[in-house]
Amino acid sequence: MADTELEVRDGVPAHETERSQRAQRIDRVTVIKPAPRWPHLDLRELWHYRELLARLAWRDIAVRYKQTSIGVAWAILQPFLTMVVFTFVFGRFANFPSKDVPYPIFVYSALLPWTYFASSVALASSSLVSNRGLVTKVYFPRILLPLAGVTVPIVDFVLALSVLFGMMVWFSTWPSLAIFLAPLFLAMALIAALGVALFLSAVNVRYRDVPYAIPFLMQIWLYLSGVVYAISALPERWQWLLALNPMTTVISGFQWGVLGTAPPELGKSLVGVAATAVFVVVGLWYFRRSEPRFADTI
Amino acid sequence: MSVAIVTERLSKQYRIGELQSTYGTLRDSLTAAARRLARRDHGVHYEEIWALRDVSFEVQEGEVLGVIGRNGAGKSTLLKILTRITTPTSGRAEIRGRVGSLLEVGTGFHPELTGRENVLLNGSVLGMKRREIQRKFAEIVEFSGVEQFIDTPVKRYSSGMSVRLAFAVAAHLEPEILLVDEVLAVGDAEFQRRCLGRMEDLSESGRTVVFVSHQMQAVAQLCDRVILLQKGSAVLDGPSSDVVAHYLQTVGGSSSVRAWADLETAPGDDLVRLRAARVVDENGDTVDAADVRYPVGIEIAFTVLRSGGASLFPKIKLYDMRRNVVFNAMDTSPRWRRPAAPGEYVSTAWIPGNLLNEGLMSVDVSVCSIGAPKLHPHAGSNDAVSFHVQDLGEGDSAKGSFTGQLQGVVRPLLEWTIEER
Repeated sequence: MADTELEVRDGVPAHETERSQRAQRIDRVTVIKPAPRWPHLDLRELWHYRELLARLAWRDIAVRYKQTSIGVAWAILQPFLTMVVFTFVFGRFANFPSKDVPYPIFVYSALLPWTYFASSVALASSSLVSNRGLVTKVYFPRILLPLAGVTVPIVDFVLALSVLFGMMVWFSTWPSLAIFLAPLFLAMALIAALGVALFLSAVNVRYRDVPYAIPFLMQIWLYLSGVVYAISALPERWQWLLALNPMTTVISGFQWGVLGTAPPELGKSLVGVAATAVFVVVGLWYFRRSEPRFADTI
Repeated sequence: MSVAIVTERLSKQYRIGELQSTYGTLRDSLTAAARRLARRDHGVHYEEIWALRDVSFEVQEGEVLGVIGRNGAGKSTLLKILTRITTPTSGRAEIRGRVGSLLEVGTGFHPELTGRENVLLNGSVLGMKRREIQRKFAEIVEFSGVEQFIDTPVKRYSSGMSVRLAFAVAAHLEPEILLVDEVLAVGDAEFQRRCLGRMEDLSESGRTVVFVSHQMQAVAQLCDRVILLQKGSAVLDGPSSDVVAHYLQTVGGSSSVRAWADLETAPGDDLVRLRAARVVDENGDTVDAADVRYPVGIEIAFTVLRSGGASLFPKIKLYDMRRNVVFNAMDTSPRWRRPAAPGEYVSTAWIPGNLLNEGLMSVDVSVCSIGAPKLHPHAGSNDAVSFHVQDLGEGDSAKGSFTGQLQGVVRPLLEWTIEER
């Protein structure tokens, strides 16, 4: 008897029938249990909450462009001005190697994926704490918050791309066919950022030091990612070490596409992919393990 | 009839540290870890308490269940588990049907977004599908009564308007099971009235309701059945009138005297223990009801067990019937600046006349020391005593010759000046 009760009930309100069977089943019976010892990612549940993810990302974008007075311009100004500064400091004075392309476009094409990565990590790491009200009052998979955090800066990235195209025309550089692979490299940056942010956002719930550490971390990380110089100009063994940093593969892969420079080496790219996988697995594991306590400690 | 909610031995354990400091810094943890290492004490010792212990019950579909108990009895923890905001430590629960809770009203509202955008966002947060929100949008807006401002950012709304809009969204969620925590429900009296109204509507249309409240009258009126929680356990489960009556006669009733006979089990630590607390009038007599016009005293008796501890001082905290904190007050006299000598003390806090509003006041008493950034309670009892504040209506209180209720947490008798021009 109990089993049939789970499935159907008499007098289901009219609005219920419109919803899909699948959604209904999730809505219908909720089982509440202690947090599992070995956390896993519930993909079915994530799929169920996809609309909320879109809504949260949309909110962050809308709020961002409403709150700032020059809104959209920030997305372009930030990498552009950084490019100008870096060109003078590292291109002119220090004469850093730039894969035989004009230094400004070299550094700008590296800054785009880098800025995406750095803002994703920053935004997603604070996502739990800045949505404290939601976390303490409503249930939803908490992972939606960092996930929305790494989606939002894609908008900035796309806006800043327009300047890159302008520079490509100005410097008459041509993309290679590998430009079609660029989304893949960007996806790698997204996954790496998500991995880092999952870990840091969970840490931030307990220790509010994280927002202070991130700018510092990102500053160091920038110099280890081949943004201001070409990694390929370093001694071989250093290149292998830096291959552990997924952003080196992302940046040289992106430049391969848009500037037609040499592709990232396969071996080193695989190291980068493996490192990305480790980031996301460790981040996810730590996040899921801390998740049951978020509402109690935040 | 089918079962809407089943819980089986639901338990939740908190570490005391987690409850007290909402968040720490890395430095605190590192120094704590270093201290443990230095003491060669490798185990992590937290004081642990069961906020909820082995609570099992079933709620039938269409039933209105009340949950009552003193502060800290586990009522809110129970609701947080049922809404899945926090996970139980052990046990299990099953909920059959869509859950809504008036806890969430306005959750996720963003001041920069317009009313329209907030309805969409809030709807998603509460678990509505996009199509569902779109279908109900016009209805929601009409219900809220803020049509003209629907494209204005919510930050320009008055607080009443944003509450109305938030409430309109929540009201259209159409949950099959409604969880209401009156204690946690923020908002003004008007808002709480709406919540209760909504609850009645839903229960009349056959929905299942779990209602956590401090207002015994409301519980007795609205609920079919009531569970009494005490220190995390369900001690009584039965028809609402019986359980409410039992509660009022024992733990939760208006009691203006409380004494702890046994020093060993009295609230407190190795430094200080509470002995008694009572409500007194100016003559020192115990009173259940105080005249709003005259001072009323909260007397705290405690024993300091040893010398050389922290600098202690007595403290009281007053709540009104809606669980608003009326005030916190502590004895700041210079005599408490040094650690008190062992012995018994009786301290009385005098609340001036013409300050409190009418109604039932509940008092937490404690003996604390200053542990930056917070007060460190050494001995304390929540809801130790309670008393009624009454206005006899003789025309010389803050109400003058008005006979209705004045809103507000306090009701001071102010001095008014007037000039005629």
